[in-house]
Amino acid sequence: MSRPSDHYDSPDPALATRARGAASDDGSSSGAGDGSSPDIAQPRLGVVGWLRWFWRQLTSMRTALFLLLLLALAAVPGSLVPQRAADPNGVTQYFVDNPDLAPILDKVQAFDVYTSVWFSSIYLLLFISLVGCVIPRAKHHFDALRAKPPRTPARLSRLAGFEQRAAEPGTNGAEAIEVARGMLRKAGYRAVVFTAPGKNGSEITSVSAERGYARETGNLVFHAALVGILITVGVGGGFGFSGQRVLVENGQTFVNTLSAFDSFNPGRFFSESSLTPYSMKLDKFTATYETKADGAFGQPLDYDAAVTTQEQGGSEQQSDIKVNSPLRIGGTDVYLLGNGYAPTVTVKDPTGKVVFTDSIPFLPQDASLTSVGVVKVPDGLSQQLGMIGFFYPTQAVSTTGAYYSTYPDDDYPVLTLNVYQGDLGLNGGTPTSVYSLDTDTLSQLTGGSTGVASIELKPGESTALPNGLGTISFDNVARYASLDIHHDPTQGYVLLFASLALLGLLISLFIPRRRVWVKATERADGSVTLEYAGLARGEDPRLVPAVADLAERHAKLLAGRAVPETNA
Amino acid sequence: MTQTIDEYSVFFLYAAMAVYAFAFIAFALDLARRSAQVGAGNEVGVDGSVTTRERVLETVGAGGSSAVSGSVATAAPVGVGGSGAARKGLFSRGGGAEASLSASGDGAVTKRSLSLRLGVAFTLIGFLLELTADVLRGIAAARVPWANMYEFSMTGTVLIVGVFLVVITRVDLRFLGTFITGLVLILLGVSTVNYYVGVAPLPPALQSAWLVIHVFVASLGTAFFALGFALSAIQLVQYRREAIGAGARTLKLKFMASLPDSKRLENLAYRVNIVGFVFWTFTLIAGAVWAERAWGRYWGWDTKEVWTFIIWVIYAGYIHARATRGWRGSRSAVLAIIGFAAVLFNFGIVNVFFHGLHSYSGL
Ligand code: HEM
Repeated sequence: MSRPSDHYDSPDPALATRARGAASDDGSSSGAGDGSSPDIAQPRLGVVGWLRWFWRQLTSMRTALFLLLLLALAAVPGSLVPQRAADPNGVTQYFVDNPDLAPILDKVQAFDVYTSVWFSSIYLLLFISLVGCVIPRAKHHFDALRAKPPRTPARLSRLAGFEQRAAEPGTNGAEAIEVARGMLRKAGYRAVVFTAPGKNGSEITSVSAERGYARETGNLVFHAALVGILITVGVGGGFGFSGQRVLVENGQTFVNTLSAFDSFNPGRFFSESSLTPYSMKLDKFTATYETKADGAFGQPLDYDAAVTTQEQGGSEQQSDIKVNSPLRIGGTDVYLLGNGYAPTVTVKDPTGKVVFTDSIPFLPQDASLTSVGVVKVPDGLSQQLGMIGFFYPTQAVSTTGAYYSTYPDDDYPVLTLNVYQGDLGLNGGTPTSVYSLDTDTLSQLTGGSTGVASIELKPGESTALPNGLGTISFDNVARYASLDIHHDPTQGYVLLFASLALLGLLISLFIPRRRVWVKATERADGSVTLEYAGLARGEDPRLVPAVADLAERHAKLLAGRAVPETNA
Repeated sequence: MTQTIDEYSVFFLYAAMAVYAFAFIAFALDLARRSAQVGAGNEVGVDGSVTTRERVLETVGAGGSSAVSGSVATAAPVGVGGSGAARKGLFSRGGGAEASLSASGDGAVTKRSLSLRLGVAFTLIGFLLELTADVLRGIAAARVPWANMYEFSMTGTVLIVGVFLVVITRVDLRFLGTFITGLVLILLGVSTVNYYVGVAPLPPALQSAWLVIHVFVASLGTAFFALGFALSAIQLVQYRREAIGAGARTLKLKFMASLPDSKRLENLAYRVNIVGFVFWTFTLIAGAVWAERAWGRYWGWDTKEVWTFIIWVIYAGYIHARATRGWRGSRSAVLAIIGFAAVLFNFGIVNVFFHGLHSYSGL
């Protein structure tokens, strides 16, 4: 079989090498040689020889094993250190916490393990090895599928489950073998009959049978499907995109165009024209919480984003997006990933003119949705103002006087704001996050060490800004939903290949491949001896009982008694 | 109401643990007894049956093979009159030796170990109690009982014991009893002390049919890996004993002489581990399908995904090792053990201390 030369079923090349007086180069404690030994033993290798040697090394079982273990090992660091792709904020935090270590780790791509050069090289080598391994095997297997089972060995006695029986007097050897052939064929074997003259004028008829070709087929399907997965993921990822968008309820609308995303990660081959136009409006976001006062009080039970969507040329449709039930629309999948509160804040100048009004999404900090957000008022006042706000959906005061939230629903909402004035840095051209405020260049007007109390508002209330800058009001609070919008045209194929891999795996692990022989030796005096034996090709724990069972049933059939079929 | 049912569940769980403890003691006594019998020069079968020297001779004379060796390597030529009682399914009874074990009524009076039978009986009772606890927990929570660490531990150990009880009806692995009940006791002890949480409703991310499938199959895979781990560990010890040779008196674990040889242990471990591997492969795929529904991507190298992948690759390595010359035997057994260590790490450490999207430990 065209297996890698160091497959345990392959003929041991070390023996051949030793026979020629050359030592095995393997050095492994087992003393088993490796497939390339015969080449190595040759005095001089040309370039082609070396290439061949290298290729054989790469496609050997030991290399595959080594690369597999290396792959497992290489995947570990990515679970210890935050990864940019999955947890960008974690990476930022890591840099803050470990200022000395982080840059070094970054040099070795520890924050991008799964796209790193070293991780990629391991799996690419593994898959090159895989292809190099599968192709010759597939070819060999294709030939084997059309070949006949090999000749019956001269001596069966060394083989598995060997059994010898004297046939009842009057049995005809050739007929007995014909019966055995019929039985084997019924049991799914491919069977051929051989006849040869034996010693002392005896006549030997035998059937050589093989079954379980599917085992090798399954194995090849499995490995090929893995290649399929890799290629589909590698190529398919390039055509897709993923983007995020926060929508505040009561009417904010998303239209599927590039500029409408808060953030957008296109694949390598993405083109904007592949965005199908549609619009999506968040009508209402409903969060349901556990209200029973045991341990789970306040735990979320259900999130539901009710949206109105409209595809181009279509009519409006109402849908619900839930955590485990995304909305499939316009070639994209829309997932509900997060939610929070968006207080609506209005700022007026001293004359009462509105200079700012907006619903600002605040980021939840804990399970009771204490949330933090930033209000930036760049224009309309004598100074640029920045405010860091805390929102408590159900506010409570601790014994130290600190505020916190006791329940995620907005039963007793309170908004507090620390006001800063100065240059917000919005004109410098560097993009700034809407969720953060760089207070280094600003002077604080309320809260903290200023001695001026923070602004504190309940919905509907308003109050004066410090230094007579104007007034601020907290009009109301709305919910927002944070949506992920994805497009991946190939994930169906990935699933298909994964299922094929599983199917191939089942077949290759559980279908036994075996050879079975039945031999009838008819001596000159007319007496017939029957021999039975089998050979496992790969893992086959049931071979011996299967041969015994065959012998038993064969004898019964010959004796003229029909017995029920079992699959030998 | 929920509260009360959960209290019953906890009660049954403690009862199960107590009975498992009895099972553990009984199995341990069986091993001690085997050691004593082996020390006294008797033959001890895989099933713990003791046959004195003369009896063995009788047995052999009667046409069977001796009850001592579990070496029924598939390739070994087995004499005429092999077992016609071949069983269907994954686990064969092996060949002649085991068949003769069950048939050793002819001539030799073999003493079956009372402690071993008690061990199995206690394990069965403990299993039924724990199953009750698990079902009650599910009823109390009005959903499948595997949505947080405490519940995984309970369902996972029910499955480990369940798989063990099923497998021993097909192939005699009762000698693993000490190991299995010991492992289950430790896991249950750790989880009731550290992971217990009251009944809580499912957070939205877990409200999916995939929770039922994915987590259940993962637990089932884990149960098979646990059994494979036990076999591989014993295989290593057995291999050492064989390597030291007949003068194994130096090795304290005399009962090892009554267990199958390392080759057979390796084959058994392999068969159990590949079943685990198939379940694990399914877990990986089902997890990806669920991740796609819940988070919008089927694979994102979340810590838990990473570890599921690592475990899968280690076991793929183990399967390869078994097919690689020079890696069969002890080296592949080490890989199986590393694989199970990774499973335990994934469950006990990653769930609790690593953070990622899979933050469902309930702690
Ligand atoms: C992505 C990497 C790989 C994975 C995950 C993998 C996984 C597996 C698994 C699970 C099996 C057992 C099931 C079956 O027989 O189909 C297996 C068997 C096998 N693999 Fe791989 N494999 C990989 C790469 C390779 C490579 C590179 C080679 C070539 C050197 C190879 C050669 C084989 C062979 C010959 C078998 C049959 C073993 C036997 O006879 O029992 N595999 N592989």
